[in-house]
Amino acid sequence: MIARPRSAWHVATVVSTRPETPGSARIDLDVAGWPGNEAGQHLDVRLTAPDGYTATRSYSIASSGGSTRVVLAVDRVPDGEVSPFLVDELRVGDRVEVHGPLGGFFVWRPDPITAGAPSPGHRRDPDPSAAPRPVQLVGGGSGVVPLFAMASAHAAARDATPFRLLYSVRSPSDLFFADELAALATGDPEQPGALRVDLVYTRRAPDGDPRPVGRITRERLEATVLPAGAAPRVFVCGSTGFVEAVASWLLELGHRAQDIRTERFGGT
Amino acid sequence: MSFITRGFGGRSRDRDERLPPGQTLVHDFPVLSAGPTPEVDTADWAFTIHTETGVDHRWTWDDLMALPIEDVSTDIHCVTHWSKLGTSWRGIALDTLFADVETGYDYTMAHSYGGYTTNVPLDDLLDGKAWVAFEFDGEPLPAEHGGPARLIVPHLYFWKSAKWVRGLDMIERDEPGFWEQNGYHLRGDPWKEERYW
Ligand SMILES: Cc1cc2nc3c(=O)[nH]c(=O)nc-3n(C[C@H](O)[C@H](O)[C@H](O)COP(=O)(O)OP(=O)(O)OC[C@H]3O[C@@H](n4cnc5c(N)ncnc54)[C@H](O)[C@@H]3O)c2cc1C
Repeated sequence: MIARPRSAWHVATVVSTRPETPGSARIDLDVAGWPGNEAGQHLDVRLTAPDGYTATRSYSIASSGGSTRVVLAVDRVPDGEVSPFLVDELRVGDRVEVHGPLGGFFVWRPDPITAGAPSPGHRRDPDPSAAPRPVQLVGGGSGVVPLFAMASAHAAARDATPFRLLYSVRSPSDLFFADELAALATGDPEQPGALRVDLVYTRRAPDGDPRPVGRITRERLEATVLPAGAAPRVFVCGSTGFVEAVASWLLELGHRAQDIRTERFGGT
Repeated sequence: MSFITRGFGGRSRDRDERLPPGQTLVHDFPVLSAGPTPEVDTADWAFTIHTETGVDHRWTWDDLMALPIEDVSTDIHCVTHWSKLGTSWRGIALDTLFADVETGYDYTMAHSYGGYTTNVPLDDLLDGKAWVAFEFDGEPLPAEHGGPARLIVPHLYFWKSAKWVRGLDMIERDEPGFWEQNGYHLRGDPWKEERYW
């Protein structure tokens, strides 16, 4: 069938955890036996209480490649069962169970022809999703996590595919991977590996920012994303409501359904 | 190999016996889809069962509505770890749709508007185990949940309950559909936690 590592349960040890934003944490795990993962995949985290009760949730992986180091970024959902624990309680040295890598569709692979570096394993050939076409990433809130993995993989591979990220976030202090994204977005946009980042602030913009504040609209989307005529592959990730709205506007704007891949995190 | 996670108590003790292992009870209705939600008009909708003899059994929306409609109350379990208990649906039993279908094949591939596929053994569709459903909670099924009509095969993980279903192809051997090629289990029994392969 498909040459992809089988997903399995692994024990992950917390190597570091720190606030990513006031409402989220970046958690670095070392996962013994992890087979590596592609950019955009996720894993399941399982927590077990002393009485044997377990709770399992999915989290996208912000990193990719063959390493056993796996980076997560978790947003605290108010009154949530798992995310407040991961954000506020998890300490260096703690162990949790993870199952993965999961998801073979919401992934981006470096272009084998234009990329300067070989791709990190497990590719499936022939794969139409590897054809050199521009890529538009659209993320809302923590939905940027798998998109950040894709943009990082694209930069690391010095892949020549044009890459753009539209990122909707409450306010400047709620940006995930702010420094890394800023670093990826500097430099010559014509160079391989370059990323263009467009930000939409839904509650508060930086001082002096002339752009309107508020939820993304169809007009804003149209003005910002690569046009359908450029035939981009589009990856959309965020809360279910965000993804539903953006994906349906993309269809209305002429993007083909088969060019739009989505990951819905839940919520509304 | 499970071990206790330091400091984790867990919020609820929703240890309802109807919850399969690893599932959490939810009251909203999360959405798992790999792409945009297709909009399908009932005027264009049709459901087709295609067999190895080349015979097509086809129902338009009006044909479907003329069949005996069943009320279904069932628990549903998504591979992404949520379950809903006692959901109510209305639809047509697959037993009704298969009443005149002659086939020697034991497997089916469900096809959806939007191009998705999922494989389901025929045994999992018959004997009151599956429906083509078009109402949820007393309302027409919303598009994001698979409307105008979706398969429901509630004893398997819910990705088998193909949204926007347009038909079933009888196949000789079990083959992975879209979700299964992307890492989900070939059969998907929630009580055995057949999530991934
Ligand atoms: C494939 C996949 C990848 C994901 N990746 C990430 C990730 O990288 N980072 C991340 O922070 N989260 C991610 N999520 C969401 C994550 O799995 C959990 O749903 C989230 O952490 C909430 O879990 P909880 O136990 O804290 O809340 P729960 O106790 O499960 O839920 C509490 C309430 O919050 C609502 N809710 C659940 N999820 C959300 C949400 N995402 N936004 C708003 N409300 C919600 C529920 O409907 C419920 O009413 C991902 C989800 C999926 C399906």
